[in-house]
Amino acid sequence: MRQGWTSFNIVSVIVGFSFLYLPIVLLVIYSFNASQLVTVWAGFSTRWYVQLFNNQGLLDAAWVTLRVGVLSATMATVLGTLAAVALTRYTRFRGRVLFTGMVYAPLVMPEVITGLSLLLLFVAIDFDRGFWTVTLAHITFSMCFVAVVVQSKLLSFDRSLEEAAMDLGATPARTFLSITLPVIWPAVAAGWLLAFTLSLDDLVVASFTTGPAATTLPMKIYSAVRLGVTPEINAVCTILIAIVTFGVLLATLLNKRRKVKKARESEVAFG
Amino acid sequence: MAKPREGLFRTITIGLPYVWLACLFLVPFLIVLKLSFSQIATAMPPYTPTFGDPATWWGAVKQLTIDNYLWIANDSLYFNSYMISLRIALISTFLTFLIGYPLAYGMAQAPQSWKPFLLMLVILPFWTSFLIRVYAWIGILKPEGLLNQFLMFLGLIDQPLIITNTETAIFIGIVYSYLPFMVMPIFANLDRMDRRLLEAAADLGSTPLRSFWTITFPLSFRGVLAGCFLVFIPAVGEFVIPDLLGGSSTLMIGKTLWMEFFNNRDWPVSSAVAIILLLILVLPIVIFQRIQDREAAR
Repeated sequence: MRQGWTSFNIVSVIVGFSFLYLPIVLLVIYSFNASQLVTVWAGFSTRWYVQLFNNQGLLDAAWVTLRVGVLSATMATVLGTLAAVALTRYTRFRGRVLFTGMVYAPLVMPEVITGLSLLLLFVAIDFDRGFWTVTLAHITFSMCFVAVVVQSKLLSFDRSLEEAAMDLGATPARTFLSITLPVIWPAVAAGWLLAFTLSLDDLVVASFTTGPAATTLPMKIYSAVRLGVTPEINAVCTILIAIVTFGVLLATLLNKRRKVKKARESEVAFG
Repeated sequence: MAKPREGLFRTITIGLPYVWLACLFLVPFLIVLKLSFSQIATAMPPYTPTFGDPATWWGAVKQLTIDNYLWIANDSLYFNSYMISLRIALISTFLTFLIGYPLAYGMAQAPQSWKPFLLMLVILPFWTSFLIRVYAWIGILKPEGLLNQFLMFLGLIDQPLIITNTETAIFIGIVYSYLPFMVMPIFANLDRMDRRLLEAAADLGSTPLRSFWTITFPLSFRGVLAGCFLVFIPAVGEFVIPDLLGGSSTLMIGKTLWMEFFNNRDWPVSSAVAIILLLILVLPIVIFQRIQDREAAR
């Protein structure tokens, strides 16, 4: 009996990945189309990319999105990491059940409800809507994703290292900074990247919580798409895809190099 | 001497995220709950009562009504929206499973050295914007789009197929967007399966197909369940996919809520729609949580 990679397996993998990647590849190809009509190929051109850089509205939106993304991802990483530590290291504190619920609930909450509820809060306390409200909203839902990512790393962590540091007189804060954080660092970085892409990607929550002054890139793309498919949107999307792909590949490579380096170090130490 | 410092670290670690989530998750949720029992008003904010002045709180409480819920119960538009959402989410989840399982299975069978690369290929689209991936399909599916051009070029059809603004387009959009969520847990389950079980079955004369149905599939069932919930739960409340691919004919509940809020500007009714949606989702979420907990305990 064959237990290896059967032709059925190979075909299903190829079909599956074609389905996942073909639409994205087509979108990228047609962003270089010379024709105004997206679906008729009329030769290679970069005119849509040039046009993009003259579209002030789009550039403004991209700038807003970038600022919201960096700020919210950074805050979400800090809060999410703290939440993960609280969940894994402190098994008994008052209101732990509520806390756990509040960390997990936003993960399964429909976006429309998250957006609606935050908007109602900002209206109720009469908070001016715009850049800051979108940032606060993004921090809130992405910190929960960060918490889950960091938590899984903390659970696989060898606690005896922390205990040894504490026995030697290090305070919990010091132990966290010099022992725990360096070890869970890849998960924290992955959490930041996840929070950043979630923010970059979000249309629904931003539409609810923003004001007239702050329009994000997904909102711009969305309103343009509603009017029809244009090569210009293809070009924006291609740039976004390139950024995210580059970021993820870079993170993977760095992580791999870290692992290789670590393996070498331990070889030197014990070899 | 270390005692107060220890207390401080603990207080910050628990307190900061706790206070944040209480203010920006719990309180907003309670506001939605309260608003679902309020009445629409031509004011800013456009609802009544408001709990501004503590002196009038009791009077405000007496103004709360269940009218919004009665309104939703008596208008078939809302009932149909919930039903359409559940039906579309259910069918799409099944379709995602049909495509996702063979893919996950193929990945698990792949040579060991390929696995990290294949895994990365599944994860990469997950990082790419949802909106972009849905947009990519519009150019393919629309009447003068690439799919129709291709089929007409092959001579399979004379008339372009109408796919955009139909439920078919929504199915394609959901299956496409959520496929990684289905593949990941199934792959994780299949990958850690003990291969010796299959060898033992083969030694005892079982055919590969039979081994698959009696050993492999049952062992991967938890992964299948987790994947199904990861697709089903967000699909019910989905807004972007039905809005861009489904057109105006298919009203899923996420879109109904959006329109109720932005077009009709009826905040109390949208809040009630949201609360009912959450109540519908509570059961699948609780079941999913149970599966996750058991998985973690293993």
